[in-house]
Amino acid sequence: MTRLSDTFARLASEGKAGFVAYVMAGDPDAATTLEVMHGLVEAGADVIELGAPFTDPMADGPPIQRAALRALDSGMTLKGVLQLIAEFRKTNAATPVVIMGYANPFHAFGYQAFVDAAAAAGADGVICVDLPPEEDAPFREPMERAGLSLIRLATPTTDDDRLPQVVKNTSGFVYYVSTTGVTGAGIGQTAVVSGAVDRVRKASGLPVAVGFGVKTTERAAEIAKVADAVVVGSAIVDALAEGGVAGAVKLAKELASATHNAR
Amino acid sequence: MTQPNAFSHYPDASGLFGEYGGRFVAETLMPNVLALEKAYAKWKDDPAFVKELEDFARDFVGRPSPLYFAERLTEEFGGAQIWFKRDELNHTGAHKINNCLGQVLLARLMGKTRIIAETGAGQHGVATATVAARFGIPCEVYMGATDVERQKPNVFRMKLLGAKVHAVTSGRGTLKDAMNEALRDWVTNPDDTFYVIGTVAGPHPYPAMVRDFQSVIGREARAQMLERIGRLPDAAVACIGGGSNAMGLFYPFLEDESVRLIGVEAAGKGVDTPDHAASLNGGKPGILHGNRTYLLQDEDGQIVEGHSISAGLDYPGIGPEHAFLHDAGRAEYRHATDAEALDMFQLCSKLEGIIPALEPAHALARVRDLAKELGKDGVILMNMCGRGDKDVFSVAQALGVEL
Repeated sequence: MTRLSDTFARLASEGKAGFVAYVMAGDPDAATTLEVMHGLVEAGADVIELGAPFTDPMADGPPIQRAALRALDSGMTLKGVLQLIAEFRKTNAATPVVIMGYANPFHAFGYQAFVDAAAAAGADGVICVDLPPEEDAPFREPMERAGLSLIRLATPTTDDDRLPQVVKNTSGFVYYVSTTGVTGAGIGQTAVVSGAVDRVRKASGLPVAVGFGVKTTERAAEIAKVADAVVVGSAIVDALAEGGVAGAVKLAKELASATHNAR
Repeated sequence: MTQPNAFSHYPDASGLFGEYGGRFVAETLMPNVLALEKAYAKWKDDPAFVKELEDFARDFVGRPSPLYFAERLTEEFGGAQIWFKRDELNHTGAHKINNCLGQVLLARLMGKTRIIAETGAGQHGVATATVAARFGIPCEVYMGATDVERQKPNVFRMKLLGAKVHAVTSGRGTLKDAMNEALRDWVTNPDDTFYVIGTVAGPHPYPAMVRDFQSVIGREARAQMLERIGRLPDAAVACIGGGSNAMGLFYPFLEDESVRLIGVEAAGKGVDTPDHAASLNGGKPGILHGNRTYLLQDEDGQIVEGHSISAGLDYPGIGPEHAFLHDAGRAEYRHATDAEALDMFQLCSKLEGIIPALEPAHALARVRDLAKELGKDGVILMNMCGRGDKDVFSVAQALGVEL
């Protein structure tokens, strides 16, 4: 059992969808991120997705692009991301933390060295946007040996032929990208998302989290009816930039409540 | 002596050149990239496709480009014979159109109704907009906001050709950010859109496909050398940003082991300064824009901006096949500074009556050394991949001349 499987098992037994909250590490600085992480958990986040900043985030929309630049300007590195997780673990042993980032910083760290450091820090998994199944073996294998999850992304363009390959060897959960587009772009029709979630759940046997474009409590509640978890990123990142920690936590509380009470 | 080797047999089925290349893209794009690979494999040797490409290359682009003996530069450098492959005489003034033509013809066959491209200085954007205009396909070009400001004539050219130009302000507003933005567009419009990448980089099959379309340079030059002087050159030299003109020149010579292949990177203010764009000489392997290759990056794997006086060379990566040929030792990669390129820009203009683009002016700087190294019996083939009209303003500025 892992923190991720425990969390999804608890949510299933409670008959609720989970709330996955994203924050960019180091935006605007490490101390703030740590405060936000704890705040998000208090607000009801079941899983924390911690963004690792990259200079060239080609799957992200403007809010997360800007957050990445702010984080890099504050000096955040992948090593710094792991330090943040280690700090977070000092007072939170239960909430899974998944790192979301792009391949090159992991590659530069060295996959095995990163996995060792991530396991020691108390990370639970990684979502690597530009490592499709065809390319992820050198990273996935050390992750598996360390008991960490490499979480794959499925998208509206992932057809039935391709889906088995995408969900093979994945663990933790599958991240369903609800729309063709960048993060924060706007979400697909609920009925379409619902069908896709069923398809991915059946193929993977894993919980399915839906994200990329959930911004409002109404949409979170709709998605929570059909998915195992709802991911919100850009909206929280923007709330943090505009309203500080209090603003981000307030929004997270509303979104968590809408997600948890949807069914 | 010519020995068969296997260098021309790459990439493998996974799109790898040794350990470089691959398909490092977001899942949304994987089906697209795989569909492109399939379509390219299906059409590339199709006689009707090949004929259409050749017809347009002849009548629209002006191929074959001439092979020219640069007699006065040969005399000036005092060593080996210097021959130019005149790809600067192509329609739109550079080698870029060879590739755009191939990709746009393929896009039509795939039923795509919208073309996107990234551009740095604007040469690839202009070439793409030109071919898109010829075939009546809507075209949108992503260009860094800084470059839009610096390259106003090319922006206007693209608009005249009917293309929509997006000034990219995300990131730092440079070529790599333009490429990120084009990828974001493609992620958002995967069904109807064809992304025309301008260099031998990106996810498989782009590096191989762009190389194949550019290989017309080396194929023609190889045959022309044999016809004109009855032998192959001792060295083939080209400048390298992403590396498409160099790969196009090198590829048909890969198995001619007597021919040294020499790529010249942009050293900017010097490879020992932070201001250069020499990915092979000053970078290390990493993953960006769909492929594993040498990149300019810091300790944390963050991408560092390239610098060069030539906007066509300041990309922080290089095509994966060059990374492979570099490690295998089949090609040599040297570099030239901004100052050397400026010198050669002026020298070539004065002595040969050819105003070169700043990009091939870099190659010429190393041709000068090589001419001495090889001596009078030597023969050097250099790809004059672009003309310098686009650069006269920035050169004037660098020389402190007011226009």
